[in-house]
Amino acid sequence: MAAIGLKRRMAALDKRALTADLERMSAFVENTPLSGESAETITADVLIVGGGLVGSTLGCVLASAGIETVVVDREDPASVMEASFDGRASAIAAGSRHMMESVGLWAEVAAAQPIRDIRVTDGKVGRKASALSLHYDHREIGEPFGHIVENRELRKAQHRFIPKLETLRLLAPMGVSLVARRPDGVEAKLDDGRRVRAQLVCACDGRNSRLREDAGIKTTRWEYWQAGIVATVEHEKPHRGTAWEHFLPSGPFAMLPMVDAADGTHRSSIVWTERKDLSEWAVKLPDHAFGQELERRFGDRLGRLRPVGPRFRYPLSGLNASRYIDRRLALVGDAAHAIHPIAGQGLNMGLRDVAALAECIVDARRLGMDVGARGPLERYQRWRRVDNLALVAATDSLDRLFSTDIAPIRLARDLGLAAVDRLDPLKRVFMRHAMGTFGDLPRLIRGKPL
Amino acid sequence: MSQQANGGSVSVDPQEVGKFARMAERWWDPEGEMKPLHAMNPTRIAFLRDCLTARFGGDATGVRPLSGLRLLDAGCGGGLLSEPLARLGAEMTGLDPSPETIKAAKAHAERQGLAIDYRCQSVEALAETDASFDAVLAMEVVEHVSDLTGFLDACARLVRPGGLCVVATINRTPKSFLLAKVGAEYLLRWLPPGTHDWRRFVRPSEVAAELRPSGFTVKEVVGVSFDPKSGGWRLSSNTAVNYILVAEKP
Repeated sequence: MAAIGLKRRMAALDKRALTADLERMSAFVENTPLSGESAETITADVLIVGGGLVGSTLGCVLASAGIETVVVDREDPASVMEASFDGRASAIAAGSRHMMESVGLWAEVAAAQPIRDIRVTDGKVGRKASALSLHYDHREIGEPFGHIVENRELRKAQHRFIPKLETLRLLAPMGVSLVARRPDGVEAKLDDGRRVRAQLVCACDGRNSRLREDAGIKTTRWEYWQAGIVATVEHEKPHRGTAWEHFLPSGPFAMLPMVDAADGTHRSSIVWTERKDLSEWAVKLPDHAFGQELERRFGDRLGRLRPVGPRFRYPLSGLNASRYIDRRLALVGDAAHAIHPIAGQGLNMGLRDVAALAECIVDARRLGMDVGARGPLERYQRWRRVDNLALVAATDSLDRLFSTDIAPIRLARDLGLAAVDRLDPLKRVFMRHAMGTFGDLPRLIRGKPL
Repeated sequence: MSQQANGGSVSVDPQEVGKFARMAERWWDPEGEMKPLHAMNPTRIAFLRDCLTARFGGDATGVRPLSGLRLLDAGCGGGLLSEPLARLGAEMTGLDPSPETIKAAKAHAERQGLAIDYRCQSVEALAETDASFDAVLAMEVVEHVSDLTGFLDACARLVRPGGLCVVATINRTPKSFLLAKVGAEYLLRWLPPGTHDWRRFVRPSEVAAELRPSGFTVKEVVGVSFDPKSGGWRLSSNTAVNYILVAEKP
C-alpha cells in the first residue's frame, strides 16, 4: 500500500514538474518577435538546423564545451513533448549514454529503464520460439547494454538542460527561409527576418533534409517490403529489464522494457516489423484484437498484453548520402543516413555522428581554427562514413538472414546463433557493437570528456 | 615601400617581400601554396597555446585560453597564425612589410569577424615606440630577414619584462638542406623553388646568442617533425630541421 501511495505521489510530482518545465521554457524560448525587430543579426560559431533529438543533443554537447551555438527548430517545443507527437521510446546504447552523462544531459532524464539482458530467439507466428537462442547478459560486460527511454522524456530532459547552457540559443518554433554558404561563412535568414551568421551549418533536418538537397548531395535509397509498427503495451508480469528480439519470417519483433508506469503497471515498447499490407491492417485493429496479434507473435512470457496509447506505422526504407559534407555544411543523423530500425541503432548512429562531429569541431576550436573549414569537416566525414556504412550493411544482412522461412537456412541460423552463444569473445564483440562501444570511438562515447 | 614611410632601419629584404606578396591572395587555400604552413599550423598553435597558458595561466582546454594576453605576430603574412590566436582570445597585433599581404590579411579577418590590429610596419619601427607585449612570436620568419641581429633585437625590446619571445624557424644543417630545400621545394613541390635560401637558415644557438644580450634565457627548444604516415607534423626532440625556441625576459 505504502509503495502505491508513493508511486501516486511521484506521478503527481511528475505532472507538476512537466508544467513547471513548460512554464520555464515558454519564458526561455524566443517567440517570433513583432515586425520591426527584424534587423537583428545573431552571430555564432555553429548553426544547427533541426532541433530533434539529434540536433538538440548536438547543440547541448557543443555548448557545454563553450562553442557558441544556435539551434533553429520549426516545431513548437511544447507540442513535441506531448505523447501524440511522438509516442515512441528509444534504446539509448551505453556509448550514447556515456556522451549524455559526460555533458550533464543524462542527469536530466527522469525515467530510463536499464536493459540488463537481451534475448534473441526465432520462430513462427503462433508457435513457441526455437529452443536455440542467443542470450546477452550485461554481467558479462559490467554495465547495462543501454536504456529504454521514451522520446518525450528525452525531449523534456533536453529542454530542462538547454537553459543551463550559456552559449546555446534555441529558436523555436522558427523556420529558416534561406541558408547561404559562402567561402568565408554561413548566413541564414530566419522566417522573422533575423539573420544568423556562423562558421558552420549542421543539417539535423532529418531524412528529407532540405539542406542536403540544396547542396546537391545525392543519396542512395532502398526500400524494404516491411513496415514497422511501434506501440506501447502493458503486461501482467514484470520484464525484469529484459529486451526480447524475436525473429519471425516477416522480420524482427522486439519487446523493449520500459520503466513501470506511475501506478506500477508494467510496460514495454514493441517494434513489430510486418509485411506492408498486413501492417496497414494490423495498426488499425481494435485494442483487444491488436493485443491478441501481439500475443500470437510474442507468446505469453509477460502474460496478457494490452496496447495503450497511439500506434505508429513506418514503412521501412534506408538511405545513405553520397557525401556527409559540403562547403561549411555537415550532415548529421537521418539527414546523412537512415537505416532499418531493426537493431534500434538509428538514433544511436545519429548520436555517434554527434560525438564525432563535436570532437572534430571542439578540437579545431581549441586550436583557434575556423570550425567550418575543410579540415575538421573532412575529418568528420572520414570518421563517420566508414562506421555508418558498416552498420547499414550489417543491419541489412542481419535482417535478410532472419527474414526467411526456408528450412535449411533456419537450421543453419539456429546453429549459428547457438555457436555465437558459446563463443565468448565473438559474443562480446557483438555485444559491444549493440552497445555502441566498438570501433574507433569518439572521446564522448568512451565516457571521456570532450 | 612602407618600411621607408615608417622610418627606422629595416631588416626586410625587398625581394623576399615581393615573393610572399604574390602569394597573398592564396594564403588561405589549405591546398594551395601555403599548404605546408596550414599542415603545420595545428601543431605550432597547440604548442603556443600550451606554452602561453603554462607561463601566464588560462585553461588550455577552454575556447578562449589566451584571453587578456597581448601578442605580437612579427611577420604575420596572411594571418594564418594571428587569426587562430585571436579566436583563442588573444589581443593580436600582426606586422608584415608587404602592403598587399596586410590588405589581404585585414580583409580576411574582417570577414571572419575577428578584430586584429594588422600593420604594414617593420618590427624595428614598432620597437621605436613604447609598444610592449606579453609575448612576441616570430614564427617561420627569421629565415626571410636580411638583418637577423636587428630583427631579433627589436623583437626582444618589444617583450615586456617577464614575457616570452618565441622563434620558430629552420635549422642550418645538412639534413635541413636536403629536406627543407631540396625536398620541399624541388622534389615534393610543397613550396615554390626559391622560397628559402638555405644560407639564411638559423641555428638555435644563433637565435639564443642574439637574444642573450637583452637578458633572455632560453627555456625550451623543441623540434617540429614531419610525420609521413599521417601527413601531419608533430613535436619531437629532433631539432635538425624545423624547431621552435622559447626564451624568457627577466
